[in-house]
Amino acid sequence: MKRRTKASAAAGSGQSNLAELPEHSSDSPLSIHAMTVAYDKKPVLWDVDYDAPRNRLIAIVGPNGAGKSTLIKACLGLVSRASGEVEFWGENYREVRSRIGYVPQRESVDWDFPVSAQDVVCMGRYRRIGWCRPVSKRHRQVSLECLERVGMRDYAKRQISQLSGGQQQRVFLARALAQEAELYFMDEPFAGVDAATERAIVEVLRELKSRGKTVIVVHHDLQTVPEYFDDVILLNMRVVASGPVEDVFTRDNLHKTYGGRLTLLSEAAEAVARAASGRK
Amino acid sequence: MLGTLASAGGGVTVGEIVETLLLRTGFNTRMVIAGTTLLGIASGVVGAFAMLRKRSLMTDALSHATLPGIALAFLFAPVFGLASRSLAVLLIGATVTGVLGVLCVQAILRLTRLREDAAIGIVLSVFFGAGVVALSYVQVNAPSGSAGLNAFIFGQAATMQAHDVMLMAVLASGALIASIALFKEFTLVCFNDSFARVDGWPVSAIDLAMMAMVVLVTVAGLQAVGLILVVALLIVPPVAARFWTERLWLLVMLSALFGGASGYLGAAISALLPRMPAGAVIVLTAGVAFGVSMLFAPSRGVVAGALRRLRLRLRIASDHVLEAAHDAGADRIERVTMRELADLHGWSAWFAWVVRRWLIGARMATGTRDGIVLRERGRRRGRQVSRNHALWEQYLVSYADIAPSHVDWSVDLVEHVLSEELIRDLEKKLAQRGEALPSGSGVTA
Repeated sequence: MKRRTKASAAAGSGQSNLAELPEHSSDSPLSIHAMTVAYDKKPVLWDVDYDAPRNRLIAIVGPNGAGKSTLIKACLGLVSRASGEVEFWGENYREVRSRIGYVPQRESVDWDFPVSAQDVVCMGRYRRIGWCRPVSKRHRQVSLECLERVGMRDYAKRQISQLSGGQQQRVFLARALAQEAELYFMDEPFAGVDAATERAIVEVLRELKSRGKTVIVVHHDLQTVPEYFDDVILLNMRVVASGPVEDVFTRDNLHKTYGGRLTLLSEAAEAVARAASGRK
Repeated sequence: MLGTLASAGGGVTVGEIVETLLLRTGFNTRMVIAGTTLLGIASGVVGAFAMLRKRSLMTDALSHATLPGIALAFLFAPVFGLASRSLAVLLIGATVTGVLGVLCVQAILRLTRLREDAAIGIVLSVFFGAGVVALSYVQVNAPSGSAGLNAFIFGQAATMQAHDVMLMAVLASGALIASIALFKEFTLVCFNDSFARVDGWPVSAIDLAMMAMVVLVTVAGLQAVGLILVVALLIVPPVAARFWTERLWLLVMLSALFGGASGYLGAAISALLPRMPAGAVIVLTAGVAFGVSMLFAPSRGVVAGALRRLRLRLRIASDHVLEAAHDAGADRIERVTMRELADLHGWSAWFAWVVRRWLIGARMATGTRDGIVLRERGRRRGRQVSRNHALWEQYLVSYADIAPSHVDWSVDLVEHVLSEELIRDLEKKLAQRGEALPSGSGVTA
């Protein structure tokens, strides 16, 4: 993977990325200002500020209950915000949502639903098709191509209940591809998938990047962060640090994010070492 | 069945039954039967989405909550200068309190920690109780008497007037057409509402539309089917249809078919037997459709499922036998060996007998007096199983961390899990380990 070489980037700040972009912050696909989210008056996210750089693969990493999924749900309006602003390319979500794609958590739906894999992918085309109109042949063709890109073309007619967990995850990914968005949010796409699916997802992420897209992924596996992602947001109720992996993904920051959980830290140490060697 | 009905009805002849079922009857009866059939079709379609959205039970709260509305509309219609016996007025009253009931359920869910089943139970019974109180008040105090209002509880299809049937038909077809027009949107929201919301669809409005269809069908069916049982038309047909198919279009059409057939038979039979309330007959018909579906549907039915499990068990057991024979290098399996295998795998005596019959029936072996002798087919299978077993062991050693826990080593299942690429990889690994790979037709049977 190609890495940006920017020695002076300050750790713990997303600001450095903006320097590369034109003056307007409206070029940032996602800007979060002072966002706080609470469930039942208990804060889950506290005063989050973040500007996502364009055309990067960005991981959101943090311990359980750190608010990783909540962060993207709050950005997308699925969870209401107690305060703060979220802008996409400097605009309100409503104006730009056709440019946003979404992969929800696999567990969020009932897979014993009477539709085929292709039917699910076609759902990614619905907003292009519009109200009350059937799915045309052209859109069905696009859905097949999207299934092809995740290596699931042969399963197009398969009922979704008969797919393995990894295959179901790939169907969700294909549906997001069918949305033809510029900014993607993916909620734990790597959770509980087999090796073939993990490879397929990584391939799709890289392909999306090569097409100029930005992808924000909730991720749980520290080991693979340096290999799969360009940028990282270290989250534990607040943003501990954010920026390019090689600057931010340090032992110190991870310690701040995960606190004293030593087992995790020893795992992280290995990953950090790998990130460091990538930097040289 | 027709004979028993004839005897139950006393003076009904077979000829009359056939005439009624073929709609060769008086104009009014024909209208009622056609209208109820249409109602059944519409509620089958609407109910399918209610089921997929997991709102089936909500419809029960809705229908019970219509009763106070009917009584109140009857009481207060004269105040607004309306005819208190007009069906339209009564149905408007029913709609108002029905929707109010649904809103109450939602308010309880939002404001308290109660679960949905409790909230529905509370609203359903309280509204129904209020309805009964209002109804008895009407009976005692209304100057014109309340004749007919009780019919809304159990339904009275046979006595419906032509214009009442027309109103029912219009409401039902409205719900039917709207549900088909919004098929795509309903599907999306039922399957994955959070995705729909991010994708820019007004999920609340679509949900509201779905609920409105349920209200339409419920209110339309009040007079013919009655408020206690109309909900069955919304719940039973889609659930029965679910047993038969995994395809949404087919599910919806089957549900419409079951609903329509229930409506048709129910109204026809209750026309023949005036004391038989249509609602009950409709629900019983739908119940029969459900029972048959649950037991005998080919993919999800209970019988088919049991047969599938038995077949799989037999296949695995016979694979065990064949593998044991292959590993022992023997073509003949003595009765004693068979008993040892049965003990090892915990088979009962009759199951061991069935396994033996199965092997012979599948032309894997021929039966002899003191056991079985493998045929070429059985020998080949034994070779394959043994080889796959070795591959599977290797697989467990190398990839156990990603192997789904429910996988049995049976060949079919292993094939399902191992990709072609992985099988080649495993063969290579086995070869490197110096294990003799059994020659043969490879893993794929």
